Amino acid sequence: MRRGLGIALACAAAAVALALLSASLPHVQASAPDSDEQYLSPSEMAFSPDGRLLYVVCERSDQLLVVKVKDGTVLYRIHVGHIPRTVAVSPDGRQVFVSNSWDDTVSVIDTATLSVTRKIQTGAEPYGVVVDRTGKTLYVANRITSDVSVIDTATGVERKRLLAGHGASYLAISADGTRVYCTHVYPRIGEQRTVPQSEVTVIDTAREAVVERIPLEGVAGMFHVAVSTDGRLGVIGQMRPKNLVPLAHVEHGWVFGHSLTVFGADAGGTIEVPVDELEHYYSLQYGVAIAPDKSHIFVSASGSDIVTVIDTKRLLAFARSRRKPFVNDLSASANYVLARIAVGKNPRGVLMSPDGKRLYVANRMDDTLSVIDTVGNKSVGTIDLGGPKNITALRHGEQLFTTSRYAFQGQFSCANCHIDSTFDGLTWDLEPDGFGQDIVDNRLIEDLSGTEPFKWNGGNPSLTVECGPRTEKYFYRSESYSEKELAHLVFYILNLPLRPNRFRLSNGQLTDAQERGKAIFNRKVNKFGKPIPEGNQCSYCHSGPKYTSQLQFDVGTGKWTDRSPIFDTPQLVNVALTAPYLHDESARSLEEIWTVFNPRDRHGMSSDLTKDELNDLIEYLRTL
Amino acid sequence: MKLRMLTVLLLLVLPLAAAEKPATAKPVATAMPLFRWENFTTANGLPDNHVFTVLVDRDRVWAGTENGLALYEHGNWKVFTPADGLAHRAVLSLALDKRTGDLWVGTMAGLSRISAGRIDTYTQLNSGLSNDVVYGVGVQDDFVWTATAAGASRLDTRTGEWSLYNERNTPMAEIWVYAVSTGPDKVYFAVWGSGVLEYTIATGRWKDYTDPDGENEIVLFKDQGLIHKITTSVSYVDKTLWAATYFGDSHYDGRTWHNFMAKDSGLPSNFTNQVRGLDATRAWFCTDKGLAYYDGVNWAVYRPALDTGKPEMYIRDADGKITPVPVETAPAHNYILGIDFQGDDVWVATAKGLSHGVRQR
Repeated sequence: MRRGLGIALACAAAAVALALLSASLPHVQASAPDSDEQYLSPSEMAFSPDGRLLYVVCERSDQLLVVKVKDGTVLYRIHVGHIPRTVAVSPDGRQVFVSNSWDDTVSVIDTATLSVTRKIQTGAEPYGVVVDRTGKTLYVANRITSDVSVIDTATGVERKRLLAGHGASYLAISADGTRVYCTHVYPRIGEQRTVPQSEVTVIDTAREAVVERIPLEGVAGMFHVAVSTDGRLGVIGQMRPKNLVPLAHVEHGWVFGHSLTVFGADAGGTIEVPVDELEHYYSLQYGVAIAPDKSHIFVSASGSDIVTVIDTKRLLAFARSRRKPFVNDLSASANYVLARIAVGKNPRGVLMSPDGKRLYVANRMDDTLSVIDTVGNKSVGTIDLGGPKNITALRHGEQLFTTSRYAFQGQFSCANCHIDSTFDGLTWDLEPDGFGQDIVDNRLIEDLSGTEPFKWNGGNPSLTVECGPRTEKYFYRSESYSEKELAHLVFYILNLPLRPNRFRLSNGQLTDAQERGKAIFNRKVNKFGKPIPEGNQCSYCHSGPKYTSQLQFDVGTGKWTDRSPIFDTPQLVNVALTAPYLHDESARSLEEIWTVFNPRDRHGMSSDLTKDELNDLIEYLRTL
Repeated sequence: MKLRMLTVLLLLVLPLAAAEKPATAKPVATAMPLFRWENFTTANGLPDNHVFTVLVDRDRVWAGTENGLALYEHGNWKVFTPADGLAHRAVLSLALDKRTGDLWVGTMAGLSRISAGRIDTYTQLNSGLSNDVVYGVGVQDDFVWTATAAGASRLDTRTGEWSLYNERNTPMAEIWVYAVSTGPDKVYFAVWGSGVLEYTIATGRWKDYTDPDGENEIVLFKDQGLIHKITTSVSYVDKTLWAATYFGDSHYDGRTWHNFMAKDSGLPSNFTNQVRGLDATRAWFCTDKGLAYYDGVNWAVYRPALDTGKPEMYIRDADGKITPVPVETAPAHNYILGIDFQGDDVWVATAKGLSHGVRQR
């Protein structure tokens, strides 16, 4: 009892403190972006077969730029679909394929006319795209549907979908064309509070089937994969979250490790190697390239504005000398890291020139490409792609979101947990509430305006508090944001748009099942005609345009690890994308919210529903 | 004139007469497939002798047993259990997605998908699956159909949407769905006590086929419809439906029914666990008294003799004449639950082991 009173007093004191703090912080209104500046946000590149042209995907401007390699001139700007992500060139160079992540299409560009000749339908949220050696088959990694589309390039018909990892994202094809490798950004949905599991999905292009899944334990958040020209060495950029321990040891490095997975015959299996070093981290190992002679590996740290150069021979020799895994030994990198090359803001894709002498780096947050001399391992130039020079509050906020410079020793940025401004599929033990208490799911941050308060306990009244003192104190343990920076960061987050819902019909109508589910969601009486108490009606707590009353309730989902069973009502927009569910990710699917974790009908009246009706309800929820 | 009429008559009759006999000139006994049987039990690697189902994927053979899913590859058995992520140890049904290579596994406690070694499991608690007892599973393009103890389910693997089919939205009087068979235009279900259900893919419409005389134990109208409503298995091939019941079997070409019973065909028993059509005229029948093959005219039965247990094979021709064929091997047991094909070979699930029929001629 005394302990309970103590906790209550502490909570009250904290609430008062946060409220006072909130009042003293700059107030940021959610509103439309303050400028329509057309930033480019270059993210990925590909060479024409002759090496004379560089195709650059620009996420923000929905463009593919054609850049003359010789002098860095932007020759053409081709409009593609919405939020393009990656690019591939057909072996004969006649076609360029660009994945449009918000349109669920691939734009096919005729390089003779430099026009989009066709848009091919893909799975939901296409990212990585590669063409096979014949040019007849296109492989597309779909992040939302977690699969790989196999598409006939001649007809544009999707022949099949292959099951890939959760949040399938990046692809690489072996030089001989026999294998396609696929990474994914979210860990596999498994048992709650277990070590994250990921996989490299290996596709046999002859059979167009998955033939191997290379397991990666402890990895969550894999980005680019590259394969050497002889097919004997593969490299993946990745994160290793330390989410099973309390986030109380930032200063000891217990938040994220940034590493590579090296696989293939040269590695003699699968080896994870750290890229961080003692007392400094290189966050978000995003783009990867292997020199044609395999002498060096280049990897961009997109949160650290750095390209790391690794001596492959020394790396493999060091790995062989270590009998036990050394991915958490931050002293290891000193044995194989040759150089850290400063590049532009938020470097993403890296691309090796065909002769291996130059490395191009897409600097997403300053609309440039860095050019690196791979012999001297130094930056030798910057290609300005022609983006606006004025930095708006929105742009500045995004730059702050993606940089890890504010965290202690540069360990991580907002983007580590909110991958591409989404989520990470992990639970964290965040707060200074005692170890192992208040395990929380990482919520989606799209379209947040009107969903406050924040945190699962509703303890943060505004994003200003959430991103300011809370982040500074509990997360970064380091330099805090200035008032202006905080305002811009909050402004960016509050203006993160909602991704299109993939489960609604294109005409906006609901299917029969979704209509039936909607009726269940909104019902006020049970199947036997008895009134359902207000608090047990779905639409009571999940009300309003974002499907949250912005109030906190005890819906019977509290666990022994929770200090209080009262939780903030989460918004339901795009809820289909964010499995697992509940405040602690204990429900692996929407179904389990009711089939497992609602035994007393406190989280909505569900015990009278048949399985068909529960399925209908879920079909409706997926449209929100 | 008479001669010309006689010639025309002969031209009309001769082909019909020929159709009554096997097309080849070979004697019936040599025309029917002969096998050398190799049997697998717990003694040589199988996890359990109760084998409910078998599926061949090129040179790999999957056997669903009461104690795990066994994979036979390169002469070795590998066993998958719930410890590997399988929904349950008792594996009742298997289906291969030939486009992706993924295997769908129906068990006593859910549906599992095995894709390049990774196992994902769907249950009635964590997904929209109608019931955890998955008697049958079938793949139709991007859809996975399941026959469960509480109706049929369909998973759209592209969208993740589950659709349930039961007494509320189909002519399913009972919801104990025992088997499913998919084709390019239709999906058929064997519904225990409710006959056969037909789903037309293009229209999404359902149609039921039940025993026209409505008699559970007596067949009054032999070829006027499904032989019995206690159906156990369906097989849809070449636009022809083969249906198995515990009271005989049926063949339906879309217009006419033809039924088979032990008393008037080569079926060794009316109690049929599974039927697998090879085409519109040929089929295999897995009964409680042996494995039977029907070539459209003649029957062959393979089993350990019911009395002595010694290997036995016999052939029944169109005239009902029974001809024993001397054999030295037989399937592991006469209680046959499932069959699949590997070229000319057959693999057979029995109550006491898995049998590989190596084709001899």
